[in-house]
Amino acid sequence: MKIALCIKQVPDTTDIKWTENNTLQREGVESVINPCDVYATELALKLKSQIQNSEITVFTMGPPQAEDMLRKVLALGCDNAVLISDRKFSGADTYATGITISGAIRRYLPDFDVIICGQFASDGDTAQTGPNIANFLDIPQVTFVKDLVEVQDHDSLTLTREMEDGIETVKIKLPALVCVLQQNFEPQRPLINGIMNASKKEVKVCTLDDIGYDAGKVGLKGSPTFVSKAFRNITNHNAQKFQLNTVDSVKLLKEKIETLGENENA
Amino acid sequence: MPDMDNSGILIYAQITREEYIHTVFFELADKAKELSQKLGGVDVNAVIFTRPNFVFNYKEAFENRGINKVYYFEDESFKNYNTEFYSKLIVNLARQVKPEIILVGATNEGRDLAPRISSALGTGLTADCTDLDINENGKLAATRPTFGGQLMATILCKTYPQMATVRPKVFKVNPEDMYVQTEFIKCPIGISLANDRYTLLDFKKTIENTINELDSAEIIVAGGKGLKNKEGFDMLKKFANKIGGTVAASRGAVEMGLAPSSIQVGQTGKTVSPKLYIACGISGAIQHTIGMTDSKHIIAINNDKNAQIFDIADTGIVGDAFEILPEFLNQ
Repeated sequence: MKIALCIKQVPDTTDIKWTENNTLQREGVESVINPCDVYATELALKLKSQIQNSEITVFTMGPPQAEDMLRKVLALGCDNAVLISDRKFSGADTYATGITISGAIRRYLPDFDVIICGQFASDGDTAQTGPNIANFLDIPQVTFVKDLVEVQDHDSLTLTREMEDGIETVKIKLPALVCVLQQNFEPQRPLINGIMNASKKEVKVCTLDDIGYDAGKVGLKGSPTFVSKAFRNITNHNAQKFQLNTVDSVKLLKEKIETLGENENA
Repeated sequence: MPDMDNSGILIYAQITREEYIHTVFFELADKAKELSQKLGGVDVNAVIFTRPNFVFNYKEAFENRGINKVYYFEDESFKNYNTEFYSKLIVNLARQVKPEIILVGATNEGRDLAPRISSALGTGLTADCTDLDINENGKLAATRPTFGGQLMATILCKTYPQMATVRPKVFKVNPEDMYVQTEFIKCPIGISLANDRYTLLDFKKTIENTINELDSAEIIVAGGKGLKNKEGFDMLKKFANKIGGTVAASRGAVEMGLAPSSIQVGQTGKTVSPKLYIACGISGAIQHTIGMTDSKHIIAINNDKNAQIFDIADTGIVGDAFEILPEFLNQ
């Protein structure tokens, strides 16, 4: 089974910087793997452990520093890595990102069986890139995935997905794209020989030339949406802060709950 | 000025498993009416997928909310949502009727569907908006929290249709009567529905009333990471029971496995606006507060006097919930 795993590096800081184009300034900010993508990786590894001769190719789009994250995922047991990186890709919205990643998958893993993504990224939080990739590759998708129920090599996946009102079990024909939710279990840690092997593996760099698209299709130019302004959220609640002992805190809490209850009945 | 080639607002009318129109549709419809006025009174239309002859059950609902046209697709299989069929059919429809704006509720279904439509139409999509407006150039100005909710960004789209998703309960339903006579237009399917790419095998309902409980709760008692463990949430539940409140949680608490994601309030959870919101052990990242800042009165209990939650609370109690709540329960 050929597995494409799409992951993203996200900023691990509250320090927000914007460029003059009103896009996020990513360089010089400490980065980590997106939390959902940790569990996308878990699902890829689970598939690999169940189907013999499976191979995981990890894709990420980002600056050259994203190679560190790719090495960490290789150390967990992924086989190949593609770093989609080119200045011309910068400033991409979810549409342009979807086009670019689907182009890279076509170029480096055209015979994939499944593409696995995280449900959403902790920075943009749009949950759009996965479905966009599925659209550009014209394959079915399953979003909000919790777990794998069954896999039939080159044929289908049966998965559970978490909806607002309960759990669906769905079966999807391969090739398909799967978006995985963040879970509560502790993810795997790399073993020493995994780390040793990872350092020997090659991380391919994929540029615009490698994908062969017109420059107008990617990055800021290829993005239909743009940020026209960014501002801080303003609240209309007037903070009154009380630092009291426990007994008085309880008294205050009680008073507040009671008076608010009375207003309701008035 | 509205674009000449693209006109009208199209809203996706999601049908729930119980075959009701999802409430988020009505919230979007009222917002769309507001946007329509700013665009010189363009049509506000809906697209819906139903079993054959079922759409007229919703006639009154559409007419009362002032929907001008309902484009409907009928098939026995439309009892269950299907990403590929729905997106392909809406894409075909949009190419014909050329709406200038398409709105979709940011339910799980909507979040699955909308990006398939936008990318197939070669247009942009702004997810989980908290505000929609028309700017001075007649363009949709879609505002959403970004970067973990720390900033708000207003996003414009260079292409048509301009698309946005909005979570349930972000917009209010306007009680005003907006009756119009709705025109129902049956749309040809024109694609094969012989489907073996995606099959729903089973559904297990896990949540009976929680969603509605939080939506209509007058008092919500929410717990965060500061409640540390299961015992902390048990204590919170007792407290909620005593004062007639409903329990909610922050993303942090859900990620720690202290509470189910169905009761999560915030950017990736629910938006609530009770009369009283009591936040216990919640630091107050905007990611959370964006979902509850419309509460009438907010009480925050946190032992970190610098916690951000105090900035948006009406009453801040600096103290340990593990001391205050048991004492409250003892009285």
